[in-house]
Amino acid sequence: MVELRFRDDAAVDEPGTTLDGFLDQSNATAVRIEAGEDVRRLLPFLDRLRLVEIAFPTYRDGRGYSAARILREAGYTGELRAAGDVLVDQLWFMRRTGFDSFAPEKALDPAAVERALNRYASVYQRAADGRPPVWKLRHG
Amino acid sequence: MYRYDQYDQAIVDARVDEFRDQVARRLAGELTEDQFKPLRLKNGLYLQLHAYMLRVAIPYGTLDGRQMRMLAHIARKYDRDYGHFTTRQNIQYNWIKLEEAGDILADLASVEMHAIQTSGNCIRNISSDQFAGAAADEVGDPRPWAELLRQWSTFHPEFSYLPRKFKIAVVGSDTDRAAIQLHDIGLQLVEQGGELGFKVFVGGGMGRTPIIGACIKDFLPARHFLSYQEAILRVYNRYGRRDNIYKARIKILVTELGAEEFARQVEAEWREILPLGIDAPVAEIERIEGFFAPPPFETGLADDVDLSDPDFAVWVKQNVHAHKVPGYAIATISLKPVGGIPGDASSAQIERIADLAERYSFDEIRVTHAQNLVLPHVRKADLYALWQGLRDADLANANLDLASDIIACPGLDYCSLANARSIPVAQALAERLAPIERDLGELKIKISGCINACGHHHAGHIGILGVDRKGEENYQLLLGGSGAEDASLAKIIGPGFTQDGVVEAVDKVLGRYRELRTDGERFLDTYRRVGVDPFKAAVYG
Repeated sequence: MVELRFRDDAAVDEPGTTLDGFLDQSNATAVRIEAGEDVRRLLPFLDRLRLVEIAFPTYRDGRGYSAARILREAGYTGELRAAGDVLVDQLWFMRRTGFDSFAPEKALDPAAVERALNRYASVYQRAADGRPPVWKLRHG
Repeated sequence: MYRYDQYDQAIVDARVDEFRDQVARRLAGELTEDQFKPLRLKNGLYLQLHAYMLRVAIPYGTLDGRQMRMLAHIARKYDRDYGHFTTRQNIQYNWIKLEEAGDILADLASVEMHAIQTSGNCIRNISSDQFAGAAADEVGDPRPWAELLRQWSTFHPEFSYLPRKFKIAVVGSDTDRAAIQLHDIGLQLVEQGGELGFKVFVGGGMGRTPIIGACIKDFLPARHFLSYQEAILRVYNRYGRRDNIYKARIKILVTELGAEEFARQVEAEWREILPLGIDAPVAEIERIEGFFAPPPFETGLADDVDLSDPDFAVWVKQNVHAHKVPGYAIATISLKPVGGIPGDASSAQIERIADLAERYSFDEIRVTHAQNLVLPHVRKADLYALWQGLRDADLANANLDLASDIIACPGLDYCSLANARSIPVAQALAERLAPIERDLGELKIKISGCINACGHHHAGHIGILGVDRKGEENYQLLLGGSGAEDASLAKIIGPGFTQDGVVEAVDKVLGRYRELRTDGERFLDTYRRVGVDPFKAAVYG
C-alpha cells in the first residue's frame, strides 16, 4: 500500500498491469515494471500513462533507479512509485531519480523519513529531481 | 591540493550525521545486521575476523601533512597505534569499535576527509598516478579529473546499488603507474590536435576472473567527461548480472557482450543523455584545476646530489625518480621493511612523514597502489636531509620495485574472506630475497590470501595466491603478470605449495632467471622471452 506520496493529484486506484499486458492493451493507464524490464518500451505511451510502479524485489537491486530516471528524462510526468523492499536509507536516492510515491513492504518511521529526506542540503550531480548540482551553485 | 568549499564540507558533515543515525538505529536493534551491512560498507566499515575494520578514502592518493597527522591521531586514539595503506591508495584501521566509528568520521571530516564509498556495490575511491603533477612524462595532471569524478560519484543516486563494486583509475601519461587496464574503468588523459581528452578502457579487473580492460573509446573529449562515465554506468547498472555475485562485475558484461557491442550500447546511451546537462562546465574544471596548480618551485637550482654516503646513494638510486622541474626529485618512502607488514605504518612514522612533507615537499604526500608513500616535490639539495629524517624513523628502506617491495593483502591474519595468510609469506620471501635483490633488479611480487586478489597476484611478475586445500593453507605460484602499460596476466605454473615450499619455489625460479637472463634483462622480460617451461623445470624438476 502507498505510504508516502509527494503529489497533489488524485492517486491512481487501478492496479498496475504487467509490461506485456500494458503493451497489448490500448486503454490501460497504470503499469508495473519488474526489475530488469526495459522501461524504454513504455516511451511511445507516456502521454496516457498515469502510474508507473517499479518493483524493488530487494533494496540491493538498483535497476529501478535507472528505470525511473529514464522515464523522467523522456518527459514522463505521471506518478512514479517505488514498491517492494523500499527502506528509509534508499528514499533519498529514489526521490532524486524521480520517484514520487512509495509503497514499502514494511512501514517506515515518519521521523526517520523526514531526517533522511532533508539531510543533504546540496548534491553533486544532476538527476531527475531538478536540484542544481553544486557546480551550478558555484558558477551560476 | 583540493580544498573543500562550504558545499563539500556540508556534504561530508551531513554524512557523519547520517552514519551516526544509522549506527544508533543498529545499536537499538531497529536495523538488522543484514540491513545495516550495506550502509556501513558504504562508509568503509567491515566486520573482520577480530574486529571492525574502517577503510578511509585518500582520494587519488593525495594528502597533506595536516591530514596525515589526523590519520596518526586516529591510529593512536581509536586503534592500536598503526594503520595499513592499501592497494587502492586508502588507509585501513583494523581494530575499530562500532560505537566510535561516528567519532572517527567526525575527526576525518575536520580535515576534509571521509570514508564514503570505500566499500559496497558503488563507485569506490578514484585512484590515480602517485607521480601526478611531478612526472616528467605527463600530458596533464589527472587529479583534477579524479576530483571531478569523486564529486560526481559521491552519493550518485542512480549508481549507489550497482550489481557489484566499481573502481575507476585516471592517469595522465603513457607510463601507467595506476594499473588502469585492471580497473572497471581506466582513463588515460591524452591530447589530440591540441585538445585534451581521454582514452577509455572498460572491463578490466582481477578477482577470480582476471581480465585486461578493452579500449572502447580512443578519444573522449574532456568536455564530455562525466556524461560518458554516466552512460557506461547506466549500461552496467541495467544489464550487469545480478544473479551471481561472481559474475556481477562489469568485466563479465563486457566479455559476454563483446567490447564492440558494449561500446555501441554506451554510445547509444550517451546520445540520449548528452543533452541533459550532466557535464560540469569549463568553469568548474578550471576551478578544480586551480587547486592543483604547481607549487612555487624555485628556479636555477643545481641538479647535483652529493652521493658520498654509500647508504644514501643506494636509496637515491632505488627510491628517487626524475621530476619535471630541474633541481627537484620525486622520493618514494618504502613501507616494506624486511620482516615487516607491507603497507603498515605506526602513528609515529605517519607523523614523521607529515613533518618531512611539510618541510621538504610543499606539504604534499601521495599513496601508491604498491602500498608505499611518495613525497612528490623534493629539492635535490634536500634529499640527504630527507633521507636522514626517514632513516631515523626506519623509513629509509631502499627497496622500491625490488624483491622485498612486496604487495600483500591482509590475508587470514585479519580478513574474513581470506583462505590463507599473506603476511608471513611476504615476510619470509623478503627475508630470503633481500640479500640478493639488487642483483635481481626490478621484480614485483604480489600476494593474495584468497581468490579476490586484493594483493594483485594476477599482476605480479611473480604472483602468489593462497588457497584452502582440505583445511590447509596452500599457495599457488604464478608468473608473468604486469599491472603497468604492458599489462599482462600471470599464469599458474603448476601444483601448489606449503608456505615454506612456495618460498623455495620462488627461490628456484629466480635461480633459473639468473642463469637465463641477458645483460640488464628484467625477470618479466626473461619470462616473456623464454616462456614458462624452464621455470617449471626448475621448480618441479
